[in-house]
This record gives sequence, C-alpha cells and structure tokens, in this order.
Amino acid sequence: MRDDGLEVRGLSKRFGHVLAVANVSLEVPAGAFLTLLGPSGCGKTTLLRMLAGLEFPDSGLIRLGGRTVFSAQEGRLLPPGERGVGLVFQSYALWPHMTVFENMAFGLRVRRQNRTTIAEAVGRALAYMQLEGLEGRYPQELSGGQQQRVALARMLVAGPKVFLMDEPLSNLDARLRMDMRGELKRIHRDAGATTVYVTHDQAEALTMATHVAVMRAGRIEQVGSPREIYRRPASLFVADFVGSPGINRIAGRLAAEGAIAILETAVGRFPTTAPAVLAGREVVGAVRPEDLELSEPDSGHRVEVYAVLPTGGETVVQLRLGGERWSLKTSKEVAWEPGTWRGLTVPPHALLLYDREIGHLIHPAPAGSEGQARG
Amino acid sequence: MEQGTVLPLRARLNRAAYFLRLPRVSLGIGLVVVLLVLVSLPCLKLLAATLTWDAADVRLSPAARPGTLTLFHWARVFASNLSDAIFYRPLLRSLVTSVSIGLLAVGLGAGVAWLTTRTDLPGRRLVAALATVPYILPSYTYALAWLTLFRTQRLGGAAGLFRFLTGADPPEWLAYGFVPIVTTLTLHYAPFTYLLVAGALASVDAQLEEAGEVLGASRAMILGRITFPLVLPALLSGFILTFSRALGTFGTPYFLGAPVRYFTLPTTIYSSMVTRTFATGYIMAVVLIAVSALVIYANHRVLGTRKSFVTIGGKGFRAARIHLRSWRVPAALASWGLVLVAVVVPLVLLAWQTFMRYPDDYSLGNLTLHYWIGASDPQLAEGEMGILRNSGILGGAWNSLKLSVIVAAVGGMMGILVGYVVVGGRGGWLARLLEQQAFLPYLVPSIAFGALYLSIFARSVGPMPALYGTFLILVLACVAKNLPFSSRAGTSAMLQVAGELEEAAVVAGASWFRRFGRIVLPLSLRGSLAGFLLIFVTTMRELSLIILLVTPETRTLTTMTFRYTEQGYAQFADAIILLIVVLVLAGDLLARRLGRVELGT
Repeated sequence: MRDDGLEVRGLSKRFGHVLAVANVSLEVPAGAFLTLLGPSGCGKTTLLRMLAGLEFPDSGLIRLGGRTVFSAQEGRLLPPGERGVGLVFQSYALWPHMTVFENMAFGLRVRRQNRTTIAEAVGRALAYMQLEGLEGRYPQELSGGQQQRVALARMLVAGPKVFLMDEPLSNLDARLRMDMRGELKRIHRDAGATTVYVTHDQAEALTMATHVAVMRAGRIEQVGSPREIYRRPASLFVADFVGSPGINRIAGRLAAEGAIAILETAVGRFPTTAPAVLAGREVVGAVRPEDLELSEPDSGHRVEVYAVLPTGGETVVQLRLGGERWSLKTSKEVAWEPGTWRGLTVPPHALLLYDREIGHLIHPAPAGSEGQARG
Repeated sequence: MEQGTVLPLRARLNRAAYFLRLPRVSLGIGLVVVLLVLVSLPCLKLLAATLTWDAADVRLSPAARPGTLTLFHWARVFASNLSDAIFYRPLLRSLVTSVSIGLLAVGLGAGVAWLTTRTDLPGRRLVAALATVPYILPSYTYALAWLTLFRTQRLGGAAGLFRFLTGADPPEWLAYGFVPIVTTLTLHYAPFTYLLVAGALASVDAQLEEAGEVLGASRAMILGRITFPLVLPALLSGFILTFSRALGTFGTPYFLGAPVRYFTLPTTIYSSMVTRTFATGYIMAVVLIAVSALVIYANHRVLGTRKSFVTIGGKGFRAARIHLRSWRVPAALASWGLVLVAVVVPLVLLAWQTFMRYPDDYSLGNLTLHYWIGASDPQLAEGEMGILRNSGILGGAWNSLKLSVIVAAVGGMMGILVGYVVVGGRGGWLARLLEQQAFLPYLVPSIAFGALYLSIFARSVGPMPALYGTFLILVLACVAKNLPFSSRAGTSAMLQVAGELEEAAVVAGASWFRRFGRIVLPLSLRGSLAGFLLIFVTTMRELSLIILLVTPETRTLTTMTFRYTEQGYAQFADAIILLIVVLVLAGDLLARRLGRVELGT
C-alpha cells in the first residue's frame, strides 16, 4: 500500500536494558487522527519521538506522508526538520526569551522566508488561534490556556503535513481541557493533516481520535476505531484501561447448554452468545457498566446495592456481586438505598469473554488481528 | 525488519555516522580531547618527568643521563640524607598548619554561622554580610597586613607597626612561621565553613529543635544532641575542603614562613622550581595531589552516607531565634571584634602603609601620596613612579584584567558546553567521562597544578610550540584549574534549560549553531553570569597557580605584589593588593547582585 499517511513497521527502541518500544507496526491513512493511548512508561512518547526524529530507533521503518523517513535496513534517517512534522510538547516548550511573535516566526526564519511572508503567516496563525494582540508578550506573561494556543500556533505556522502532540492538554484544568479538545478537533479538520496524539487519558483518546492504538509495555495491544476499542477490547488490559468506571469482570468456566455456552461462576450462571464448542474454557467475563440492567430482587442475580453515586446527568451504582465489586451506569433516576437487594441482568450480547490465562478476547470474534489498523 | 535481524554493514556505518554527527556527541568527544590535553596529559607528563633525568640534573648526580629513566629523584626525595630537609619536614609542616587551619576555621566559621542564623545577636545582618569578605580577598592579603604589623628589623628591611609603637621587635614566633600562617589563613578560610554551615542551619527545620524543647531538653542538650549532629556533614566538608585548600596555598607560607626558613610543601615546590630541580618539585606535587585526593575521597565516602541528614525536614518553619540573654553582649563584642580584625583592620593597615613615605615610620608626618601618584623620585624605591602612573604596574593591571576577563569568558563558555553535553547525555559514558575529567583539577592543589603546566608546556609538545612565557599558558592553566567550578555552574545553568526547548527548535529544522546560539546559550547565560564573575574574581586574585608560569612580560598584579614584597617595597605591594581588592570586591558585588536578580525572577 503506497499511501501517504503514516506507516510504522517493526519499530523497536531500547534504552539500556529496557525495551521501550518493541517491534511496533501500525498504519493509518492520510488525514487520520491517531491516538497513542497507554499508562505512563508504555512507550507511547518514545514512539512519538521516533516519528518526530528526536529518537533514533534500533530497528524498523517509518514512512510519513509517502516518504521513508527512517529505515534501519537502508540506514536512512531524515532529520526532524526535513520530515514535515510539527510537534507540540507537553510542557509547550515555548522559548521564554522570545516574544510570541518570535516564537512563531522561528521556524520560518530557519527556512529563510522573507520578512513580509513571515509577518503574514504569523498574523494568520495568530488570528486563527484567537491570539491577536498577544504577539508582543513573552510566554511567562500568558495564561496556561494562551500558552497552549501559542504552542499550537507555532506548530501551525510552519505548515507541517503531520501533527505530533505529546499530552498537550495535561497541564490544563478540566474546563479548559474540554474547550481545547474541541479546538484541536477543529484544527485537525481544517488542516487535514495526519495527527498523532499521545495521551494516557482514555476519555481524551476516545473523543478525539479516528484511530486509537492502545500500548502496553512497549507493544501495541490493539489498534482500532474508538468504538471498537471501547465496545470490543481485544484484551483484558484494553478492556480495563478504557472506560470509566472500569469494566466489570467475573471469572468462570464455559459450559454447553444446547447450541450456546453458559458462563458458570461462583455467583451464578450467565448466558452468553458464544457457541457451545467453547465449553470447558476457563474465561473471564467482562461487561460495561452501562450495559447492566437492574430490576426487582426476584429476577436475575441477587446483588446488594453498595453505594449510589449520582453525577448529575447519570448515576453510577456500586454493587456487590458475591465477592466482586461491580459498577452500573444509568441515566435513569435511581432511588435504591444502600444495603438493599436487587436483581441484576447481564444481556448475553454485552458479555465479552476473555481467555483467563492470556487475556485475549475469544468471544465475540476480535475485530481484526492484532497490530493492524484498518483505514 | 524483525528485531534482532543483523543489519547490513552499510546500515551500521550510517548509524555510526549518525551518532558522530550528533552535536552532543561530537562536541562531547571534542571536549574530552581538549580536557585530555589540558588536564589528564599534564598529570601523566608530570609523573613521567619524576622518573626521567633532566638536563639540569647533571649538577645533582654524575650518573645523570638526560632523557633516560631513573628512580633517582624519588630516592632523593624519600630516602636520602636530604629527605628530611627538603621533604619530610615541609610535609609535616604542611599537614600541621593545614589541620590547624582546618580546625580553627571550622570552629570560627560555624560559630559565626550559628550566631548569625540562629540567635538574636545584635547587628547579625551586617556581620553576615561582612563574614564572607575575607574569603573574597586574596589569601595573602592577611599575610601582607600581618607583615605591616609585625615585620622585624632583625631579618632586614623596614620594621612594622609593633616596633614603631613599642620600640622593640616582636618575638619571632609571632612575626613569622606557624602562628602567623595559621592565624592569617584561618581568617581567610573561615568564611568557607561559615557559608556551608549557615546553609545547613538554614535548612534544618526549627521544629526539630522545638521537638526537643517540648520534651524538656536543655539548650545545651538541644545544641549538642540535635543541632550539632544535623550540621555535622557541613562541618566535616568545611574541614576537609579548608584543609585541602590550605595544603595547596603558596603566598601566605611564602611571605610569613620563608623568611625564617619555615618551609611548607608549596613553598618547597616553588624553590625547587627556582633552583631548577624540577623533578623534586614534581614529586612533591604528586604527594600534594595524593594527600588532597585522599582527603576529598574520604569526604565523599563519609558524606555519601550522612549527607541525607541535612535534607531531612527540609525548609520548614522559619527558624525561631534563640535568645542569648546574658551572652548577648559578649557574643556581640566577640563577633564585632572578629569582623573588625578580619575585614577592617587589615585593609586599613595596608592602606596606611601605602601612604607612608618611609616604610617604618607610622607617624602622620610621614604620609604621602607618592606611591600612588608620585613622579619618579630617585630617593624612594629606586625612582619607581606611583602605581597609578607607573607603566610597569599598569601593564600588570592590564594583564590581570585581560587574563581574568578571558578566563571568565573562555572558562565560562567551556563550562556551559560541558554542562550541555553532561546534562543532555545524562548517564551516558561520554557525559560521565567528561564530568570526571572536569572534576580532576579539583584534586590538584594550585601550586601543583602550576607545576603540571610548567612540566608539560615548557617545551614544545607535538604540534604545540613551547608555551612557557606566553600569555596563553596562563589562560590555559586558569581555565583548566577553574573547570570544576565552571562546569558545575554550566551544568546547573543547563539544568534550568529544559531539553524540550532545544528539541522544539530541532523540529523546526534549525541547525545546531542556530539552536545553540539562539536558544540554548541565551537561556543558559542568564544562569551563568554570576558563575562567570566568580571565575573572574578567582582569577584576579590567583597567585599560587600562576606564580611558576609568569615571566616579566606576562606578570599580573598578584605576581607583582609578590615581587615587590620580596624586594621590600611594602608600599607598592600593598597598593597593588588594594587595587586587586577593589577589583575583586566589585566583581563579587556584581555577581551577588546578578545572583539576587536571578533568584528574584
């Protein structure tokens, strides 16, 4: 596929004894918004820095916008300035001794653009980011949100084909972060540039991205659309990492009942949509909090209401199911008292089954083989 | 493309070329090579010279065959009938004086530190401000002031104030030798411990002491069982660093010891050089380095385990001041007296001396401005003109200024570059190697460092011509000797400049020179200016390091003071040292002001 998006093949990077990025391959089309999601230390920032050219990979290949910017095999390495990428740092990395204008003009001055071109380009970017009037200020004189805008504007001025962003919103407060998510989506749509966005915030990843790659310990656990990642996590790790409150789990064994399999657990039997041929497997069943249904105590599994946590629009109810603590999310009004008993229903189609040993999704069938994204 | 695949040779070469082209790597390698020449090579060359016959050695032994290897020098220093006079006695004296100075300076410095930071001593702020001045002055300022007081007629030359007032020479033990050397250097070095202990005391949480108080401990018990152990690491550092500095100092023992043949190792090294028994001097330099390195290593070991004490508690509540009550007046008198003796009296004495037509007449009628602005008068000092119109002295002043400015600029820049490589490549072998090399001069006492440079650069080495007698050798020696400080200043300045700031410019496509010139340097300069000025000040007052390397054309103010003192022209010597004091205090004041601005923003 000779696409002008982003392609990474067999990329690895070792720091001393630590394999920061381990044989990562992924591919997204031009114009995609790819989020690298994972806990801290999972290698997502290292991967981003290798895309930018700030880190030298040990092996593999990187293609950006139809050009091979790195190939271990050919010994080819394009320096960052020639990759046509823009990078927004977590700290913004605004130069404190330069004004907003000088910060933004730097990249163009490096490329020896003339004065009027620079002034025009900077002026356009200032207007686009609603920063007019601040061009003479120094970064320290700006609010956190303004600094963030300047960092974005500085990236935009140079007109990169690929946007790289390293947790750009993590230093903002919750309200501002919400605003900036919208801003980033707008920038992405207007510019149409392939964007790679690193975050450990699963909500951010799901709201912004067209493609999400979940990373763990240097490897990619799953690549897919936000919906696939959320609805059909390929592993227990992904299932746990994505979603808040976390996915509900229960360990058990599959048994045949007619054509389908039943999940037998310490707290009872849960019907599944899995075929009976899977009977005998040791599995973990997982179900999203919003998929649970609660009814009068005489139907379903007996659960005890542990706590009720209303958050305005929706309510989270914590339940005790045997020794497990489960969460239920509902947008309905809830009037259950803690300590009372209810009946719990798990819709069979919402029950995901994972292999208990290796944690892979066995039913429903995984959305695709691991490590490959679809355009 | 699977990991573990063996890469083709071309890819490997490309990879190696990539790393060599990285500015940090190539710069680091370049700096390692430069430091190799400036620091490591002289050390090796010095060792080699102690094992080789020199051309001048024919005078010492008929067996000398210049250029060939021999153990003669080592035997001569350690096990000959001369050993006692030329080595063991000076070594013993060096150790005894340095230990005494270390102990006294720590006591004095810690005492003043405690009084100014922890008690309600009247005028503590002024005492604190003046307490560091003695350390900024050239170390031998006190020696010259001492001579003004106690010079004896018996040893020739003009007598001091003591004889003028009493009509008799002071006892010799008071005028020269152990007592004056220890006293003057203690005054000079005490502020060093003061700074360390004041810092440690400031970081000890007063609550730790209050906890003791609540439990009913007496004040003495709190001081002894809580405060003292907490600042013990600072006291230990103060002692060890003072000891190693006193060990390598040359000026004071020369002025106050040599006239009565009270030689220490540094002054013995100096006379070995003057009498052209180089290898002997070099061996003593090796011994000095070994002792100094051993002590600093010990300090490292001890502090490695105890350092953590100081940080416990951190900066908690403002320290509650202890009321001295009945001790208030005696403590005030003592500390005020100390400041008077350590700062005011010496400078007034030196100034007074410069206004005296004849060097032994302290009466008002003898006062003159001749030695400052006088025209040539064949009756006085062989017709030398006052220092402010004396082209020789002004030439020396120019040399000093030039040297200090160049060393501050070159050394400071080198420090920044070292910091750049060290901070950027943290943990890497290149960064570690560079750090270690830059630290090496710290272990070498000043006079020994001068000897190193004399040994290697006196003759041409490979492509490098002989540097002895050039201005360049002074610059190189001072830059190299200041490396431990400049590179530490550069490293801490660099730590303030986040790596992402440079990476942002990398992504923008800026070349290394542009990045460094437009981003890294401007940002790190802010944090380094105070460091630059401190190097300026250190170089301005430097004597021990350059005394072996200076020739009449490259003389500096410090070496001129030295010559004039040797010749007995106290007025000139003292006027010049006052000139140095003015320049040094100005530099220090500026550095403090900049430092404060830095802290303020």
